[in-house]
Amino acid sequence: MAFDFHIVTDYYRSFSLVQADLRAGTITCRQLVDGYLARIEENRHLNVFTEVYAEEARQRADDLDRRWAANEPVGRLAGMVIGLKDVLSHAGHGLQAGSHMLDGFVAQFTATAVQRLLDEDAIVIGRQNCDEFAMGSSNETSAFGPVRNAADPTRVPGGSSGGSAVAVQAGLCLASIGSDTGGSVRQPAAFCGVTGLKPTYGRISRWGLIAYASSFDCVGPIAHTPADCALLLEIMAGPDEFDSTVSNRPVEAYSAATQMASAPRRIAYLRDGVESPGVDASIREATQRTIDALRAAGHTVEPVSLSLLDSLLPTYYILTTAEASSNLSRFDGVRYGHRTAEATDLIELYKKSRTEGFGSEVRRRILLGTFALSASYYDAYYTKAQQVRRLIREETERLFAEYDFLLSPTTPSPAFKLGEKTGRNPDDDPLQMYLADIFTVQANVVGYPAISIPNGATPEGLPIGLQLMASPFAEASLVAIAQEITDL
Amino acid sequence: MKVDKETLQKIAHLARLEVRPEEEAELLNSLNGVLNWMEQLNEVDTTGVEPLMHISPDLNVLRDDAVANHLPRAQALANAPQHDETFFQVPKVME
Repeated sequence: MAFDFHIVTDYYRSFSLVQADLRAGTITCRQLVDGYLARIEENRHLNVFTEVYAEEARQRADDLDRRWAANEPVGRLAGMVIGLKDVLSHAGHGLQAGSHMLDGFVAQFTATAVQRLLDEDAIVIGRQNCDEFAMGSSNETSAFGPVRNAADPTRVPGGSSGGSAVAVQAGLCLASIGSDTGGSVRQPAAFCGVTGLKPTYGRISRWGLIAYASSFDCVGPIAHTPADCALLLEIMAGPDEFDSTVSNRPVEAYSAATQMASAPRRIAYLRDGVESPGVDASIREATQRTIDALRAAGHTVEPVSLSLLDSLLPTYYILTTAEASSNLSRFDGVRYGHRTAEATDLIELYKKSRTEGFGSEVRRRILLGTFALSASYYDAYYTKAQQVRRLIREETERLFAEYDFLLSPTTPSPAFKLGEKTGRNPDDDPLQMYLADIFTVQANVVGYPAISIPNGATPEGLPIGLQLMASPFAEASLVAIAQEITDL
Repeated sequence: MKVDKETLQKIAHLARLEVRPEEEAELLNSLNGVLNWMEQLNEVDTTGVEPLMHISPDLNVLRDDAVANHLPRAQALANAPQHDETFFQVPKVME
């Protein structure tokens, strides 16, 4: 019987289905990989991949099929075909964070999170487009051009992990690994109708993740289901001698947690998320419907307000631009990255290499961060934001002393049109783009875990996301409630 | 206006970036817009609040300081725009 490659998108929306069929012998890893490669070819116009590893993926699949046939042991992710956001180091493969700054760069080592997936026999099918250095909410700052949303190719996929979200949405791989600094996994997941998980800060090693803002950055999976995100988290999480901020707490069986019936929970929801006129009406209605369904299922769901809601984004942008200006100083045209052809002395070499290599949003954020850290303004901006960050964390801690989860829409609007908020025209206001992250940044500001799951669609058919945030290291109960809501 | 042309050029120098004269107007506009928006934080009373420096509860998770060859020299030099067998190379900095 001829293998219909559309099965990879139309049917395999959870890894347990893939594994069951692999065990039953009704499909092979090679057929899966060929199916995804065919889908990738069909969907070139979505601009998801910056590089496809077709031959390598086929070889790994053949090797897995051989081991399967010979009854040799295989890893827990055998048959899982994944993509990597172009910010994760994968030895011997290109890596350039959606930037011309790193044209031709080849990774010399493998990120800890990626290595753990490879060790469990995941197949990496390629690296995926993203906003330049993960700075953006629409994937339009990428030097490779924007990714297009498969639900409507005239619309953005969200960002910065836009390629990762569309890859899962369009069935170009089963899951993808992104990074989330202010919503970069959850916001595109919401725009594309898939599931995205940002773990607790420090749950997954950042070794091998290109740094944007180190006290915010998290590696996070995107997949169709909370269960698949839980499995990927379980494998990537845990201690690592190369990251001094990673947690040594034991890694729980997150994937098993999604199969347990959850006890009645105390859930807070952001009043603004269902009442504010700034939130799209169909998103407010969808959120309200989920709240009603959760109550009907026996959970306690109560409205709350955050007094510091308006301070979240300014705090986030002061601190992340400051950290970015420091982190991106490493791109100096000396050890790696773009070097200008014009410089005659060292200072000029730095300046011209950086100015030529970075795109406009990255340069804007470096300038903002440099300003916030400059001697005359350090206390007024940087220290002030660090103080407000503590107040936000204290308010969040008080909230989570009373509730298990905080629920809200993931985004205030569905996917917007390409070019609508680029900030590239002199009249554009970059703030319009920044506001897309209003509900997602809190989790990064306080370091808590959060997940975005699909929550229906707008009348135009655009996906809507629902976000749940939990206490630090409560990922097991977070993925369990997310799976329960998915199954409601 | 927080940032004028002179401040912009000073920040650009500190950031090792060049701002061309034709970019100045747009950058001044967007930087000042964002900075004004950031000043909402001045409405929050932070008297006596200790700045939050570290977000991880597990700070400085250290390992033994054992000698290991993590990145061989040839690999460390592999992505350099200009290098010899041993060193990264840059334009002459002294006469």
